[in-house]
Amino acid sequence: MSEALDIIDVAPGGEVDIQNYTINFGPQHPAAHGVLRLVLELDGEIIERVDPHIGLLHRGTEKLIEYKTYLQALPYFDRLDYCSPLGMEHSYVLAIEKLLNLEVPLRAQYLRVFFAELTRICNHMLNLGSHVMDVGAMTPNLWLFEIREDCLNFFERASGARMHSAYFRPGGVHQDVPLKLLADIADWLDTRLPRLFEDAISLVADNRIFKQRNVDIAVVSKEDALKWGFSGPMIRGSGIPWDIRKSQPYDVYDRMEFDVPVGTRYDCYDRFMVRVEEVRQSARIMKQCLNDMPEGPIASFDRKVVPPKRGEMKQSMEALIHHFKLYTEGFHVPAGEVYVATESPKGEFGVYLVSDGSNKPYRCKIRPTAFSHLQAMDFMMKGHMLADVTAVLGAMDIVFGECDR
Amino acid sequence: MAHSAPRIATIDGIAEDLSALIGADLIDLKDAADELTFVVRRDSIVSVMTRLRDEAQYQQLMEIAGVDYLDRPERFEVVYHLLSVTRNHRIRIKLSTDEDMPVPSVTGIWPVAGWLEREVFDMYGVIFSGNTDLRRILTDYGFRGHPQRKDFPLTGHVELRYSEEEKRVVYEPVQLAQDFRSFDFLSPWEGAQYVLPGDEKAPQAPGAPSPVPAAPPPPPPSPTAPVTTPKVTEKPEHTGAGEAANTASKKRSPAVRKGSASAGGAKSAAGTSRDAVPSASDKPKRTRKPKTEDKA
Repeated sequence: MSEALDIIDVAPGGEVDIQNYTINFGPQHPAAHGVLRLVLELDGEIIERVDPHIGLLHRGTEKLIEYKTYLQALPYFDRLDYCSPLGMEHSYVLAIEKLLNLEVPLRAQYLRVFFAELTRICNHMLNLGSHVMDVGAMTPNLWLFEIREDCLNFFERASGARMHSAYFRPGGVHQDVPLKLLADIADWLDTRLPRLFEDAISLVADNRIFKQRNVDIAVVSKEDALKWGFSGPMIRGSGIPWDIRKSQPYDVYDRMEFDVPVGTRYDCYDRFMVRVEEVRQSARIMKQCLNDMPEGPIASFDRKVVPPKRGEMKQSMEALIHHFKLYTEGFHVPAGEVYVATESPKGEFGVYLVSDGSNKPYRCKIRPTAFSHLQAMDFMMKGHMLADVTAVLGAMDIVFGECDR
Repeated sequence: MAHSAPRIATIDGIAEDLSALIGADLIDLKDAADELTFVVRRDSIVSVMTRLRDEAQYQQLMEIAGVDYLDRPERFEVVYHLLSVTRNHRIRIKLSTDEDMPVPSVTGIWPVAGWLEREVFDMYGVIFSGNTDLRRILTDYGFRGHPQRKDFPLTGHVELRYSEEEKRVVYEPVQLAQDFRSFDFLSPWEGAQYVLPGDEKAPQAPGAPSPVPAAPPPPPPSPTAPVTTPKVTEKPEHTGAGEAANTASKKRSPAVRKGSASAGGAKSAAGTSRDAVPSASDKPKRTRKPKTEDKA
């Protein structure tokens, strides 16, 4: 944060005439949450204009997906929002299933909801922690990262990978989870999560300094939130009770009981507290999943989409052929187009999938959550102090893997 | 509805209502996979969107996507996704354009369109008239070309590296150590439209016209109807075994033996199996030969 471009002129009369400063924030700034470059125009310490420059992490994901089969494209979604990988996969597999009109077994739907909510907890741990750290508190971040570490261990035990799980597949999930894992998560939900989480939040929720930094910062009215395409905790923080899990339920969310928290003052503190409450609601959903999850298959038996199990391949020629065809040619998706949006931890994550009937997507447009939120930065920051940039950015919950794609 | 994707409530008569609202600007209406798509005229997109927002409660613009169809005269499609949080409904608005024809910007209706249009411009080169900030957004500073177009190569045109001599990052034309390999596993019996490698013959003359389609098979006899020839194995000859079958097989067997003897005598065993290509059924038996033949 430096590089003063304009200079201070000394007017002939001896008065000092201070012009606007333009400074660069990032792209190598720790509070920029990745590779964000903000060009800030300052009047003293008051922000006049914000011009976010994004795209420094652009990897051409959408272009690459057009050259991959549907299954090969799945792991790219983990790498979009690398803080909540399963949330990204969820939209993609649902889009494929909608085009195929493929039924998913109930246990797989429960497993997906279960791990999507674990992802939400995992994501919010990172965001809440870094938000409080951006405004000056160190300890809660360390405590919340312990929870995040637990979550990542659970992902590893379910899928084999800590972050890039590639666990959701078209037609279900990759493999069933061991009973011990579910028992351990149930135990964790009852004991460790509430203890650590409430401890950490009790340090900041009523903290005077934290409130000074967040209350009444970047107030966004309901009208503005709609106009700027907000979604997720950002639109709920602006007082609109809009949650895709409730209003357009997918998988087994319609069987779950949970509350949608909304903000009352529409500021950064509200966005923070909305996320805090979402963590509790996620834990509630996960407990319901554990209670209700039936036994049964974890993926569709449609062998033209879901590969057979390895044991089956040793016995059946047909299973072997299916396996070979699915991992070379892949499956064909009927021509058509769908837009499927799910409630990812950061907001509405949409996939607009255009299929031409072949084994590769003709077009896969990804609707990132961060794109519209970051764009609103300009009007949200107007008239605020330079130090509020980090608070606003922290409350937006932006990850550049997803924003830049 | 079998899939478990987000369930969007269908509102009765919404397609007709919205068609009436869009009126003469509507070109086409598609209703597929529970999703409504309205294709509208390009020039009137702003008035259509304003009407949809103000009169039909579509408050949010969630997404603008570009799609490139190389073979169409107006090759680009611009796809808008609208969401109504009060009616809990989504619709899709589409228009088509090409490289030169500008699309009126909807930034005046939804400020969020600013970046979304910038992205479509960056990726496809579609021009939005009225967008005051139509800069590139995702690609590098000074990037050339529009990478999402179907005729833009996956590898791009330039690569960059840090040059130790010049002490800065330099751009160079892409040099691939190995050619870009695009494996196409499409089944040759189903989807593939291309000539398979090794099959590059001159285009073959069209085959004979296919015969008249066969008459449909007679319906299967009903299980209650009496069977004309009862299938029984009460006598030995009914089984297909016995004296008659034995004599029949004896008549055939000398020919087989003769074939194997002549092949074995003329050449070595290895030669027979490789050179003579008998079909699987009349393949001669390999016979054990005396060692004296090898010396000779």
